[in-house]
Amino acid sequence: MEKFTVHKGLVVPLDRANVDTDAIIPKQFLKSIKRSGFGPNLFDAWRYLDVGEPGKPNEGRPLNPDFVLNKPQFRGASILLARENFGCGSSREHAPWALADYGFRAVIAPSYADIFFNNCFQNGLLPIVLKASEVDRLFNDVAVNLGFQLVIDLGEQTAAYADGSATFKFDVDGFRKYCLLNGLDDIGLTLRHADKIKAFEDKRKLEQPWLF
Amino acid sequence: MTMMQTLYDKLWQNHAVYTEDDGMTALYIDRHLVHEVTSPQAFEGLKLAGRKPWRIGSIVATADHNTPTDHWEEGIKDPISRIQVETLDANIKAVGAKAYFPFKDLRQGIVHVIGPENGATLPGMTVVCGDSHTSTHGAFGCLAFGIGTSEVEHVMATQTLLAKKMKNMLVSVDGPIPAGVTAKDITLAVIGRIGTAGGTGYTIEFGGSAIRALSMEGRMTLCNMAIEAGARAGMVAVDQTTIDYLKGRPFAPSGEAWDRAVAYWRTLTSDPGAKFDRTVTIDAASIRPQVTWGTSPEMVVTIDDRVPDPDKEKDATKRDGMERALEYMGLEPNMPITEIRIDKVFIGSCTNSRIEDLRAAAVVVRGKRIAKSVKLALVVPGSGLIKVQAEKEGLDRIFTDAGFEWREPGCSMCLAMNADRLEPGERCASTSNRNFEGRQGAGGRTHLVSPAMAAAAAIAGHFVDVRQWR
Repeated sequence: MEKFTVHKGLVVPLDRANVDTDAIIPKQFLKSIKRSGFGPNLFDAWRYLDVGEPGKPNEGRPLNPDFVLNKPQFRGASILLARENFGCGSSREHAPWALADYGFRAVIAPSYADIFFNNCFQNGLLPIVLKASEVDRLFNDVAVNLGFQLVIDLGEQTAAYADGSATFKFDVDGFRKYCLLNGLDDIGLTLRHADKIKAFEDKRKLEQPWLF
Repeated sequence: MTMMQTLYDKLWQNHAVYTEDDGMTALYIDRHLVHEVTSPQAFEGLKLAGRKPWRIGSIVATADHNTPTDHWEEGIKDPISRIQVETLDANIKAVGAKAYFPFKDLRQGIVHVIGPENGATLPGMTVVCGDSHTSTHGAFGCLAFGIGTSEVEHVMATQTLLAKKMKNMLVSVDGPIPAGVTAKDITLAVIGRIGTAGGTGYTIEFGGSAIRALSMEGRMTLCNMAIEAGARAGMVAVDQTTIDYLKGRPFAPSGEAWDRAVAYWRTLTSDPGAKFDRTVTIDAASIRPQVTWGTSPEMVVTIDDRVPDPDKEKDATKRDGMERALEYMGLEPNMPITEIRIDKVFIGSCTNSRIEDLRAAAVVVRGKRIAKSVKLALVVPGSGLIKVQAEKEGLDRIFTDAGFEWREPGCSMCLAMNADRLEPGERCASTSNRNFEGRQGAGGRTHLVSPAMAAAAAIAGHFVDVRQWR
């Protein structure tokens, strides 16, 4: 997994609540048996004017000029600013795969759906929770400042304006933070406790043998 | 003194292998359900890392999302779907499983239908699957929730999942359930009340006399949509209904083990006086048949109501969402719900494809014909076993005589990964769980309802109040 330490990037605002994972990556792309290549179909139904299909080349497809990712000033954005309950619905990890493959390193929202939130951490994508008032302020500032950038420092747990004029603190689970900072996959970490798992399982076999 | 515990507290404690200082806990996983869409990358990851599954006896697998619901003799025509299903075949062959119900197997079906019907879902288990509707299994007094593909790989490799404990929410529904009101209406009413993020960060236990009166099928419908209220897991305490349902199922214990298991299962209830962080109380008598009007399950009203007016919403983000939803859905504010005309009907999905659902729809349909304006009305049983049972009862004939198509089992038009889908602009009365934009096909418009309400809409060509159906 790619490490996340400090990231400076352009912020793109997606001003909708309850953005679901079907919108982030529509179902037809879930037929892939790979983890990569979902970026061009991120937000497919909103981003393009035609219907995307797996295997169909995306170059030359008609873009929806009104969709924020297609606006020239947000080309190359790597921080997605969103509203509450981002990533609700389906558990598909293809959603964070698509966001990361597009080039996003972080999402900022007042709240997330639980499964999506967990899935992000597995893919080097940092989901940041800020207060609703802070998110409102960011939406306002992105709207009036062309090229608005943030500097996200995971170690310090801060998201700061690139010009230094404001800094927001955020919380993150200690374990998730450790894995992201070091680019560690948690299977290896869990397997260091294999003896405990084995002992637990053996006890369980005696107590509830019908489960085995 | 022992602390009074909720059902969730008990299940959590019973599966915690170890807990880190920050509360991150490795939960032991008893049952791992696997389907073709969210597993290939996990199997590949395992292989690349040179890891073996920890306990293949925990794995029960089936192919459901991509499988066609007609012309099975022709196989899976979409080559990309076929590769995904064949990849699952190959992975299970290489790795092994307690049970695998492949495409065309008599016991194949929607993963959340076949687990319980085979007794592969048992009270007190942790049940996970790379699918958000895993919450369904909580109906059996399980801790059951959906996980991402990296977590699927983690469970395969370690038989555990890393998680932090959620808060406890009790949704108590009390009193007699009115005629014409089903578990689907109860769950939609709950979502309408608390919102799609109302359960985020919580595990919901559904309790109260109305819930205890529900069959296991109804409880599964209820828990299935806990995720639509934002709760990763929903659950119902074990009672005699649970135990009666499980007796004699293929993977349920028998003989002395059954007696031992039942004695334990009876402890799987919240202790009287256990503390919930939030309690929501609903009077069952107040619940009417529900119809969603928008693009989120919380955008729901009762059949005798009207499409809401965004001008009356004070919150700007909510108002924008409502306006966008109305535009997508092609609806006008203040229009009576009963005037909404539909193009297609879908009776199926892990929410409402069980025998009780099909019976409820058949009662409404019997002796009638679908409206001429309805282009397609599909009935997709949840599993091969349900299909056989329904045919034994003659339900298939009731549906086909009325102009419905009677299909093979699978997820079908709930998410339209196979050929069953809405065309742009088409409007559907659907018994599934999500009315998101494009969910049932790009540009398609979904209204979530109960099986009886979907059946009645198919006959009338528009939504009607099933309480007045004759």
